[in-house]
Amino acid sequence: MSGLGAGAVIVFVEHATGEPAPASLAALAVARGLADALGAPLEAVALGEGAVAAASALGAHGLGVVHVAHDDKGDAGRPFDTPALPGRLLAHLLVTNAPRALIAAATARGTETLAYAAALTNLPLAAACTQVSAADGEDPARALSVTRLRWGGSVLEEARLDGATVLLTVADGAGADGAVPAPPAGAPRIITLADEGGQPDTRVRLVERVASAAGGVSLAEARVVVGGGRGVGGPDAFGLLEELAALLGGTVGVSRVVTGAGWRPHSEQVGQTGTRISPDLYIACGISGAIQHIVGCRGARAILAINTDRDAPIMARATYAVVGDLHAVVPAIIAELRRRGATPGA
Amino acid sequence: MNILVCVKRVPATGGRVTLTGDGLAIDARFLSFTISPHEECAVEEAVRLVEASGGGTTTVLTLGAEAAADQLRDALAVGMTRAIHLVTDGEDWDPMATAAAIVGVVRADAAEGFDHDLVLFGNEAADSGDYQVPIRVAAALDRPWLTGVKGLDVEGTSVRARRDGTRGQEVYHVPLPAVLAVREGLNRPRYPSIPGRLRAKKVAIMATRPERQVGGPTMIRLRVPDEEDAQVHVLGTGAEAAPAVVDLLESLGLVNP
Ligand SMILES: Cc1cc2nc3c(=O)[nH]c(=O)nc-3n(C[C@H](O)[C@H](O)[C@H](O)COP(=O)(O)OP(=O)(O)OC[C@H]3O[C@@H](n4cnc5c(N)ncnc54)[C@H](O)[C@@H]3O)c2cc1C
Ligand SMILES: Nc1ncnc2c1ncn2[C@@H]1O[C@H](COP(=O)(O)O)[C@@H](O)[C@H]1O
Repeated sequence: MSGLGAGAVIVFVEHATGEPAPASLAALAVARGLADALGAPLEAVALGEGAVAAASALGAHGLGVVHVAHDDKGDAGRPFDTPALPGRLLAHLLVTNAPRALIAAATARGTETLAYAAALTNLPLAAACTQVSAADGEDPARALSVTRLRWGGSVLEEARLDGATVLLTVADGAGADGAVPAPPAGAPRIITLADEGGQPDTRVRLVERVASAAGGVSLAEARVVVGGGRGVGGPDAFGLLEELAALLGGTVGVSRVVTGAGWRPHSEQVGQTGTRISPDLYIACGISGAIQHIVGCRGARAILAINTDRDAPIMARATYAVVGDLHAVVPAIIAELRRRGATPGA
Repeated sequence: MNILVCVKRVPATGGRVTLTGDGLAIDARFLSFTISPHEECAVEEAVRLVEASGGGTTTVLTLGAEAAADQLRDALAVGMTRAIHLVTDGEDWDPMATAAAIVGVVRADAAEGFDHDLVLFGNEAADSGDYQVPIRVAAALDRPWLTGVKGLDVEGTSVRARRDGTRGQEVYHVPLPAVLAVREGLNRPRYPSIPGRLRAKKVAIMATRPERQVGGPTMIRLRVPDEEDAQVHVLGTGAEAAPAVVDLLESLGLVNP
C-alpha cells in the first residue's frame, strides 16, 4: 500500500483543458497548509482532456508530482463525459496510494467526484470546509479537525475527521489566511493513473450540451442586482424593478417567496437554494433578510434595503436603507435618475 | 413505476440563528420545521411522474426524531402514497450512517415487491449540506446516479435528466433503476389541499429504529460566524429619499452624473 503517494496530501485539480481552475488553486492553498503542518508531501491529480497540460501548469505552483488520466489520443479513450469515471479513478488512487487526504474545491464537479470516490472506498468526506488542521492532542495520522459550512454558510461546524485517509472539499473563499508560499517551480513528475480496472461504468451518458442563451446580464456576475421579495406584492410590479435594473445596467434577483408564488422564475432566486451573487450594490426591495437569502447576497459590496419595516432583519445586514413603501420609493428613484439623465457607470 | 423520495426535517430559521447552550444544535424552541426546497421538488416530481405513468407507488422516507413524522404527513398531503420513518433519538446522523440506513430500506422494500425505479434526493440537506448521501446510496446499490438535476423526463426504461454545467446545460441519459439528486427549480411544488391533509392523516406510517453505523465526521460544536452588524445608514423615508439614493449611486460610480 505504501509507495509514492503514501501519506501524501493529494489535490484534485479541475481545469479548463489545461488551465487549472481558480477554485482548485484555492483548494490547493488549503491543501498546502495541511501538508506543511503534517510534514506530508503535496501532490495533485488532473483528469480528462488537457490533463497533461494542467499538470505542467501545476509545476509553476510548486507541485513535484501530478497524477493524470486523460483521453487524448494514445490513452485508453476513457469516457470522461460520464460522471462516474472521475470518482472511480480517484477511488483507485485512494486504494493504491493510501494518501493522508484527498482534497478538492467544493464545486459541483469537485463535490460529486469526491463523494463518489468516498462512497466507493467507504471513506469519510467532509464537505465545504473552510479550515483543516491536525486535531489538538490527537495523532495527526489518525485525526484531523475541520471547520465547515452548514446552512449554506450561515452556521459553521467544527468537526473531527477520523481515519488514516480522509476526503474533504474546500469551500469557496477559504484558504485566504495563513497561505503558505509555494516552493520554487519546476517540471513536475507526471504519473499516469493505472486503469481503474474492470469495464468503465458508462451507464450514465452525456447526450447533449445546450449552450446558455447569450445576452443579458447574468445574475451571478451582475454589478448591480435589484432584488424583489414578498413586499413587491405580485408579478406586475416587477416591471418597476426591471426598469430600475435597466437604468443601472444590472439585473433582477428575487426571494424564494417570489419564485414559490410563481411571480418570477427560479433562475432569478438569490440564496441558499438559488444563486450566489456578488454585485457592487444589491438593492433589496421588500425582502426581510432571512438567513437563507442572506447567504446568497453576502458577497455584495454594499446592500441598500428598501423596506417598510425599520426593524426587518435585512436592516442589520444592509449598508444603506430607505424606510418606506417600495411602490413609492422605486418610482421616485427612477424619476430622479431620469431627471438627472444618469447613465450606467463604466 | 415506484419512486422513493428521501426528506430531512430541519428547523425553519428566520432572520437570525440562535444556538443551544451546548452549541451542538440550532435552538429550535420557537421555530417551525420544514424540509429543503430541493426535497420539496423531489416530492412534487415523484407525485407528477407516478400520476403521468398511470400507476405505481410513491414512498416518502425520513430518518429523524419522532417529530419528523410531520414532514412525512406533509409529503403524503401533496399526494405521496406510502411513508417510512427511520426513528432516531433526534441526534444528527453522519452521512455514511444515514446512507446505510436508507440502503437498508431500499433492499427491504425490494424484498416486499416495492422495487423503486427511482430514488430521489435533495441535492444537499438544508442543514448539514453534506452533498453525499445520494451518491453513497447509489454506490452501495450499484445504481447509476446524477446530481444537480433540474429537469427530467422518463422515456421508457431510462430518464433524460438535465443539469447546469460549467458551459451551459448538460443533458444525460440515465437508465433505470437510478438515483437522482435534484435541485430547486426542477418544478414548482403544489401546496397541500384540505382533502390531501385529511387523506394523509389516515395513512399508516411504517416506523422502525435502525442500527447506527459508525464512521463519518464527528461534530464538536457549531458556531455562528461573526457578522459585523453593519451600521445601517438610513438615507431617508419614502419617496423623499430618492435624491439621496441617486447621490449614493453616483458616489459608488454606478451611474454617471
Ligand atoms: C432550507 C431553506 C432554503 C431556503 N432558500 C432560500 C433561498 O435560496 N432564497 C430565499 O430568498 N429564501 C430561501 N428560503 C426562504 C427564506 O427562509 C424566507 O422565507 C424568504 O427569503 C423570505 O422571502 P421575503 O423576504 O421575500 O418574504 P418575507 O420574509 O415575507 O419578507 C417580506 C418583507 O417585505 C417587507 N415589505 C412588505 N411590504 C412592503 C412594501 N410595500 N414596501 C417595502 N417593503 C415591504 C416586509 O416588511 C418584509 O420585511 C429558504 C428556506 C429554507 C428553509
Ligand atoms: N436524515 C435523513 N433522512 C432522509 N433523507 C436524508 C437524510 N439526510 C439526508 N437525506 C437525503 O440526502 C440528501 C442529501 O443530503 P446530504 O448528503 O446530507 O447533504 C437530502 O437532500 C435528503 O434527500
